[in-house]
Amino acid sequence: MTDATHSGAAAPATGLLATDARTRRRNAAEKRFRAYGLAAIGTGLFFLVVLLGSILYNGVGAFQQTFINVPVYLDPERLDKTGTGDIAEIQKVSTFGYTPLVQEGLWAVVQEQGITTELADANDMKALLSPAGPAEIRDFVLANPDRIGETVEFRLLASSRVDGYLKGRVSREGIADDRNIAVEHLDLTDALRDAGVVHKGFNSAFIFGADASESRAEQAGLGVSMIGSFFMMLTVLLLALPIGVAASIYLEEFAPQNRITDIIEVNISNLAAVPSIVFGILGLAAFIQFAHLPQSAPLVGGLVLTLMTLPTIIISTRASLKAVPPSIRDAALGVGASKMQSVFHHVLPLAMPGILTGTIIGLAQALGETAPLLLIGMVGYIATNYPEGIAAGFMSPNSAMPAQIYEWAKRADPAYYERAWGGIIILLVFLLAMNVIAIVLRRKFERRW
Amino acid sequence: MYDSPLRKTEVEATDTKIVAKDVQVYYGETHAIKDVNIDILDKTVTAFIGPSGCGKSTFLRCLNRMNDTIDICRVQGLIAIDGQDIYDKRVDPVQLRAKVGMVFQKPNPFPKSIYDNVAYGPRIHGMAKNKAELDEIVEKALRRGAIWNEVKDRLQSPGTGLSGGQQQRLCIARAVATEPEVLLMDEPCSALDPIATAQVEELIDELRTNYSVVIVTHSMQQAARVSQKTAFFHLGNLVEYGETSKIFTNPVDPRTESYITGRIG
Repeated sequence: MTDATHSGAAAPATGLLATDARTRRRNAAEKRFRAYGLAAIGTGLFFLVVLLGSILYNGVGAFQQTFINVPVYLDPERLDKTGTGDIAEIQKVSTFGYTPLVQEGLWAVVQEQGITTELADANDMKALLSPAGPAEIRDFVLANPDRIGETVEFRLLASSRVDGYLKGRVSREGIADDRNIAVEHLDLTDALRDAGVVHKGFNSAFIFGADASESRAEQAGLGVSMIGSFFMMLTVLLLALPIGVAASIYLEEFAPQNRITDIIEVNISNLAAVPSIVFGILGLAAFIQFAHLPQSAPLVGGLVLTLMTLPTIIISTRASLKAVPPSIRDAALGVGASKMQSVFHHVLPLAMPGILTGTIIGLAQALGETAPLLLIGMVGYIATNYPEGIAAGFMSPNSAMPAQIYEWAKRADPAYYERAWGGIIILLVFLLAMNVIAIVLRRKFERRW
Repeated sequence: MYDSPLRKTEVEATDTKIVAKDVQVYYGETHAIKDVNIDILDKTVTAFIGPSGCGKSTFLRCLNRMNDTIDICRVQGLIAIDGQDIYDKRVDPVQLRAKVGMVFQKPNPFPKSIYDNVAYGPRIHGMAKNKAELDEIVEKALRRGAIWNEVKDRLQSPGTGLSGGQQQRLCIARAVATEPEVLLMDEPCSALDPIATAQVEELIDELRTNYSVVIVTHSMQQAARVSQKTAFFHLGNLVEYGETSKIFTNPVDPRTESYITGRIG
């Protein structure tokens, strides 16, 4: 009663053409809220652009590498001392035996080009060349022993200092205390670049190659850890999808509603929020210490990530099962379908887009996960060898993409810093591709009801 | 036109199809159906009427054990079809539902082709040995559903693309495809416009020649038009059950009279 009298007195009759104070306040509040919203979205977009920009700016360099064209004389006196061409004899010459050949080859180029340098002899070429070069030539000679005695032109990796100099990472002032390279080397690099001997090219070895030791940043690639990630994802997919979908279908369609299912449901939701490192230590205890599976193996990584991904898959699968209208279940039961027939013939196909999307998002999350891998030894393992065969792919030690990136970021040489950013670009490309697949599948399977 | 009965309303058949004795239904603590006793006749349309929440849909869903899917629902008493207790432990509800078809309030075709909608039931019950037999069953069902002429040229197009009335007739065709003996309809016309409703009502009357039809409806006019027997439910009790003409013209119970004249409901 009092309310009615009050509002009656406070709201004098106004025409529609004049806005009253109350309406103006409401309109202003709405306008302010819209401004907040726009500001929030703007801030988000700004940070996204900064993030992507800095990743690209820092990482693009890793896809380019500096190479030196060196004609190498495969000296028979040094490579095949017996002169018989016997492969066992040739194998006795280690990588160190090839190093002088490469250095002399480059020194010959310098003199041929008529470049004046203060460097005295072939030994000084060491700073320009990557230690990976001689190994590459040795592999070539062992594969083609008949080429001994010829001069073969190789495209060899430049040292990481020279690479950094051409990319602007290494400066003349910055190398004052550097024992690996001197200003004279940089002068020579400039001259060789002008002559076309030193040049930058696309670095496929970064994508497909193996990791290298700490001192050979120019040689390191993501390829082996990519295989490690692939086998991990395969494990996750093969385990988490069937287990997750079966668990969700049972909980959603068959399980009775009682205290036990309530407890299970609450716990699944909670598991989705458990820090991933907890799954790591669980994996260490259960799979490595108890089940004695090998350390650093993608199988163990995959098992740990399966545990981590299961709640995500179960939650999204249950949500998409819930979204199927109950009238479809009634319809199937009404014509005499059994519970299981109604689920598998009607409910599951309709929930499929949601299940697939959830699974792929879960996989993408697992692909980028680093923390649990710390505890099972996949971080810190130097993945220099490709696994031999599928069984080895699961069982032999390997790294994974995010673990490899973390490993590179830890290393001292700034050349590795660039590679860490480059690795992030590759990882993001994979995540983007998986999300695109999720969207495409969703579109393809989506049906109206 | 809509107020006059479509066909004659006398009960022709006298065979009892479904017998219910002292049926009680509980939802948890709620006593939803109290002491219902009813004999439903074969080849007859029986209408269940009553205000919302009176238990008529609940009772209908007891007749093919659709309430089994609700965890907290308990059914007591006897419901027998052709003298066989359908709540006997040996009865498989899946087998029962093939015998007692159901059409729901909202048309709910599967998001599949018209053909697959109708063929689904016969397929899972193994009623056809080959494609030709299945085609025959589908055509027969669609003809009984009075929709064959409208869809015969587009059997492979999605069932969800039909209009509301067509969808409901498709659902009826789907229900009769499994050759049921009883057809339960839970407010089959509540989502349809008057023209589609008239078509479905005409269809219900035709179905009477083959099946025992039980229909739940909110529209008393509809009950008067299509049914031969009417049961009036109120607050979980079966208040009155008798021939439709008698219920609507000369009800015994004062509650029935109040409801059909619009004083309660």
